[in-house]
Parts: sequence; structure tokens; C-alpha cells
Amino acid sequence: MELLIPVIKISVVLGVLLGVVAYTVLVERRVAAAIQNRVGPNRVGWNGLLQPLADVIKLVMKEDIVPKQANRFIHDLAPMISMAIALITFAVIPFGDSITLFGQAIKLQIASVNIGILYILAMTSLGVYGITLSGWSSNSKYSLLGGLRSSAQMLSYELAMGLSVIGVVMIAGSLELDKIVQTQHGWMWNILLQPVGFVTFVVASFAETNRHPFDLPEAEPELVGGYHTEYSGLKFGLFFLAEYTNMVTSSAVITTLFLGGWQIPYIGLAGLPAFWVSILQVLAFCVKVYLLVLFFIIIRWTIPRFRYDQLMNLGWKVMLPLSVLNLLVTGLVILYL
Amino acid sequence: MSLFDIAFYFFALITVASAALVVFSRNIIYSAFALLFTFFGVAGLYALLGADFVAVAQLLIYVGGILVLLLFGVMLTTKLVSVDMKTGTLQALPATLLFAAVAGALSGVYIITDWNVLAGAPDAATTAVTIGDMFLTTWLLPFEIASVVLLVALVGAAMIARRDARSKPTQQAAL
Repeated sequence: MELLIPVIKISVVLGVLLGVVAYTVLVERRVAAAIQNRVGPNRVGWNGLLQPLADVIKLVMKEDIVPKQANRFIHDLAPMISMAIALITFAVIPFGDSITLFGQAIKLQIASVNIGILYILAMTSLGVYGITLSGWSSNSKYSLLGGLRSSAQMLSYELAMGLSVIGVVMIAGSLELDKIVQTQHGWMWNILLQPVGFVTFVVASFAETNRHPFDLPEAEPELVGGYHTEYSGLKFGLFFLAEYTNMVTSSAVITTLFLGGWQIPYIGLAGLPAFWVSILQVLAFCVKVYLLVLFFIIIRWTIPRFRYDQLMNLGWKVMLPLSVLNLLVTGLVILYL
Repeated sequence: MSLFDIAFYFFALITVASAALVVFSRNIIYSAFALLFTFFGVAGLYALLGADFVAVAQLLIYVGGILVLLLFGVMLTTKLVSVDMKTGTLQALPATLLFAAVAGALSGVYIITDWNVLAGAPDAATTAVTIGDMFLTTWLLPFEIASVVLLVALVGAAMIARRDARSKPTQQAAL
């Protein structure tokens, strides 16, 4: 029984996450089409709702091509690393308070880790391996440059990301994610208490997930496909899925840290039974996460890509000083108020 | 054998085996790659000992930072990749002496140190609070000195990287 509950939680979260990721690909294509005044994929199933399934079948059936001079072992390993790390991060995110089912209180979080935030930062910093190793092992100049760009970009933005998290940690006084969510009750969401930290964290998240306007590692006009130029079939599919999983996970992290997680302000006043409050809170978490995912998608189709030196300048000369300043102000406010 | 023992031997095996690969591999990229698993195994051991903060700091700094830079260097110097590394024995006598000295020092530290041995499994409380307190009270001076050392390294790296920037203004430091 002790082992059964975590296994069920893991299966449910994994299933929902992968389902959401598959449909986010479709949403991205439909939103892109709407923004560009096109129709988008609408032929497979009603309004294209079966398109993700068709895409997966196509990717599985495709031939797996490995360049002759490539390092076979690492070439195979890299997409697995990318995908595994994208999924692993979700383990510490609280998607609800506890819920009572069959007389048993179940915590709606797979693993409550003492140092949840550091765990997330550590996993994000591991994400760079999948991309760097794929770029190197393909033995192609486009892949290598894409991989190198990505490592430089992720290392630069990790700093700003870590520093903007510290403000949140100082307010909550804990590194545990469930405690951080609990302190954000009522109107006290961290987006209001830490507006600068929120902006720097969101920008850093965009850079960490290699999304527009920071998608230089795979900039098509210069690098063909970037780090996954030499990938095909299911291995390419894994990279593709990892990108969208990262996007969903980042949205979940932003929600947890800044948008109150599963909190619904003042829901206690409505006098609902505890069970329904829990259900509503999980729904609120999902809605917040998905609104952020939509934000990620809309940004991609409205803002042009940065040039490489602009990216580095922004990271080191704007983001880093801004997050340090934010840290200083937060410290002063906590000390003197 | 308890679950704790199994986990310990698992992580110990990963650490030792991959460390051996780091040293004996003839391909420098495999050495760097094996180092990833060494760091990972050590982080696992830390976590087993209840040192949650140190375990994650290990991942964050060594695996996520230092090793990426190392791989970065190896990849940029592509000519090195195809070169076979020498793993034969050179200068046996000095090596033996050095080995004896290091092994002696480590064993000495192991014997002399008054280890904090816990009776049962370590408790699940976080160590981050205690470590933070210690850094800013008891060990403030060593902590600050370490940060000055890092700052010096940073300035030095910037100096080396910028040295010929004035003579060749067109060449950017960026990729």
C-alpha cells in the first residue's frame, strides 16, 4: 500500500503530462496558423484532434538514420537524456493540496523534497547535456555549433534564474515547494511581491527551454536544424517532445513559484466541502499552467529571434544585475519591514 | 542486506567504476563523459548520508556547471578528440612516492578525524538551514576567502580571454 500510492501518482502524472505535451504540439500549430492567418492541421479527426496520434505513428515508422562518422552510443543516448530530464523535474511540483480518498489523506505531489527548488535548478542544469552531447556526437558542424550555443546560453541564463528564485525563497523561508505554495495564500502571490523576480525568471525560463526568442541552438536560417540536424525518426521525436515537456514543466515551475501554485484566493469563504476544494485547486493549477503554455506559444509567433551577441548581452548585462538588485531590495525589505 | 546497503553499494559501484573509466579511457570525450557518472554517484552517496543540500550542490555545480565547461573545452579542441591518450606507465618511482604520500595523508585524515557517527538512519530534516547559519557565523571568514579566490579566477579568465581583443577588434569573443 505504501508503494502503491506513489506508483499510482507517478502513472497518473506521467500519463497526463505526456497527453498534454502531445496536444500542446497541436495547439502550437493551430495557434501559429491563427496568428499567420492560415488554417493549420484540421484533417485528421474532428478539427485535427487526432493529429498528434498521426504524428507519432509517422515518427515511429520513419527510418532511424545515424551519420557514418557519428558516435553511435552517445548519439542514441542524447535524446533519452533530454526527455528523461524534462520529465524528472515534474516529480517535485505540488499540483494540489492533500485530498482525502477512501479515508486516506493523499498529498498531491509525487515527492516532497526538502530542497525542492534546488532539485529543480539542478535538473535544469542537467538538461544541457542532452543537447550538447547530441550536437557533438552527430559529427556535423551545424549540430556542434547548435550544441555549443545551447550550452553557453543555458549556463548564462542559469545564473539569473537561480538568483531570481532566491527572492522567493527568502519570502517563503523554505526551499520546499509545497511550503512556498502555502505561503502564497490570499492575494499574496509572489508575482505581486516579486514582480522583478517574476520577469527575470520567466525570461530565463524561455532561454532555458530554448524557446523563441532564444531558440538560437536550432536557428533554421543559420544552423539548418541545430543540434538535431542529424536526427530522424523516433529519436528526433524524443527531442521534439522534450522541448514541449520542458515548456509545460517550466510553466508548472513558474506557476508554483510566482502564481500561487494550486491556490485559489479566498476559496475558504465559499464554504465548499474539502473534497471539492481540492479538486478545484488541482483544476486551478492546470488552468494557470496552460495559460502560461499559451503565453510561451504566442510569444514564439510574435517576437523575432535574438542575435547571438544580443542574447549574451541581455543575459549578462541586464538579467544578472537586475536579479542581483532584486535580491538586495528583497533583503532590505524583509530586514526593515 | 538492507535497502540502504543496496543503495550504498549501487552508488559506490557507479562512482568507482566510472572513476576508473575516467583514468583508463583512451578517448578524452569518454573520460569527460564518465566523470559525469562519478559526480552523479558521489551525489547519490551524499543524499544517502542525509546531506541533501550538499548532494544537490554537487549536481548543480559539478555536473551542471564545471563538467559542461569541461565538455565544452573538449569539443572545441576537436583535434584532441581523435588523439589517443597515453595510459602507459611513466616515471614509476616518483609516481609510487606521490601515491604513497597521498594515500597516507588520506588514511591519516580518515583515522584522526572524529567522525559524527549516527546510530540510525539520518533524519529527514533539511540541512540547508544549519549550513547557511554556519556559513554566515562560525565559518564566515573561510567562506568569504573562498569567494575572493573565485573572484580572482573570474578576473584572470576575463584577462586571458580579452588579451588580444585590442589588436584584433573584429574578432568577437562570442561564438
